[in-house]
Amino acid sequence: MSLLRLNNVTKRFGGLTAVNGLSFDLAEGEIVGLLGPNGSGKTTALNMISGYLPLSDGSIGLVDETISGLPPEHIAHRGVARTFQLVRALPSLSVGENVLAALAFRKAPLWGAGAKAEIDTLLADVGLGGRADQPADSLTYIDLKRMELARALASDPRLLLLDEWLAGLNPTELQAGIELISALRQRGITILLVEHVMDAVRALCTRCIVMNTGSKIADGPTAEVLADAEVIRAYLGADHA
Amino acid sequence: MKLAAALIALLALAFVPSLVGPYPLGLMIGILGYGILATAWALFSGPTRYISLATVAFFGLGAYTVAVLSETLPYPLVLLAAAAIGLVVALLVGLATLRLAGIYFVIFTFGLTELVRQLVTYYEVNVTRTLGRYVFLPFGPEHIYWQLLALLAATLAIAFWVRQSKIGLALRVIGDDPVVASHLGIRITRVKLTLFSISAVIMTLAGAIQAPRWTYIEPSIVFNPTTSFLVVIMALLGGPNRLFGPLLGAIPLFLLFEWLSANFPNHYSIILGLLFIAIVFVLPNGVLAAVDSVRARLTRKEASA
Repeated sequence: MSLLRLNNVTKRFGGLTAVNGLSFDLAEGEIVGLLGPNGSGKTTALNMISGYLPLSDGSIGLVDETISGLPPEHIAHRGVARTFQLVRALPSLSVGENVLAALAFRKAPLWGAGAKAEIDTLLADVGLGGRADQPADSLTYIDLKRMELARALASDPRLLLLDEWLAGLNPTELQAGIELISALRQRGITILLVEHVMDAVRALCTRCIVMNTGSKIADGPTAEVLADAEVIRAYLGADHA
Repeated sequence: MKLAAALIALLALAFVPSLVGPYPLGLMIGILGYGILATAWALFSGPTRYISLATVAFFGLGAYTVAVLSETLPYPLVLLAAAAIGLVVALLVGLATLRLAGIYFVIFTFGLTELVRQLVTYYEVNVTRTLGRYVFLPFGPEHIYWQLLALLAATLAIAFWVRQSKIGLALRVIGDDPVVASHLGIRITRVKLTLFSISAVIMTLAGAIQAPRWTYIEPSIVFNPTTSFLVVIMALLGGPNRLFGPLLGAIPLFLLFEWLSANFPNHYSIILGLLFIAIVFVLPNGVLAAVDSVRARLTRKEASA
């Protein structure tokens, strides 16, 4: 049974169709890459799944329920968590409070001593152990990304949406980042990741969906999709196909 | 330990009326009144950074409720009625405005004050045919002082509780980034409405308790928009995100404004405006935060030396 189902999902901004009739299913436990050139509609698709943007047409289902049309807080309570393309830390809070904010308002909330222990575990998991009391705005870029991941995990998601979580990292950080996401596989979390870093996509994703100008142009096992002529054309231009 | 210290301070303050003359007592009442308004204002506007100029709308409603009902109802019920009216108006206004952000919210709350004042004026002129009202309650200044002291203590206790509670965290998350807040499962409208209402009820009560001070009340007195601006400056001066910040901002500014309005009645507004600009530019996070950052800089210097 599929965890997430997009059915003919469409988003129009005035005359521009950013996402055009997008349909796909995610099975429980899958790690799927959502690829495509800039402006192909990947982030818009993610924003519709998390409830940040309303759909112009189509529907989105989670397990046996339609979630399109629900506000983000309701979708979050049904098990969808995300990170943002440009890291959205809560700068006036400490690192620990950033994670606490997710624990305290999730479906099965944690507060007080139980939350404190969970914060320490989550921060240790992402490599920020012992830094709960530091102000969030004092973190480096990679550490902000780690914190944002810990915050998303603190929501106890069934589906995790990662929007270019690996972008802007140097090679060493990238390696650490890939290992971190790959470790999430063991938790049984289904992950949909928008990504441009192809090494990461090859290492992490069993399946890839490719979008171009708002439409899906490929969907299948990673190696096959990345070899697909149409995908190469979309990314690199006709001469390379 | 801290609680004991707070209770001792409260007890000591309760004896002030028997120790000082009428003029200092009047000043203390003014400080308490503005301290309550600034603390209540910061309860909502501190973490969310929604600058509300509706303070005096609630304050004035409280005062007017007392003026209208004090001859027909026993005093405790009058206070209860004032709180209820404040709550209802806060819920209505909140539902209508809390989806607004930034400058739109500021302007709406400012407009609201004017609207409430005009509605009260209209009602008085056309329905009751009396614009001014007299408030005769058997209260001396010391009674008003004690009630305000109790309200201030309650307000600080609420502010203290909010700071450690889930709803306080929710409010800070919303202030930082409402998009993140909603994606973490926070019901933004409900959280904002709750805190806005608590803050508004406190403001209404502050107005109700102080009504007997004027003896004669009319809309232009109790709905004076300058009050709303003063409260904002006071909270910003002390630091709206600290428990005692707004109160500490209210003390020097109230005394300064008293002195200015006595000595420079014609230039009062100009000085007020300049002061407002100076505070926003020089101390954007308040005096307490500035003191902290200076102290941090000094300790860093010591450590490196």
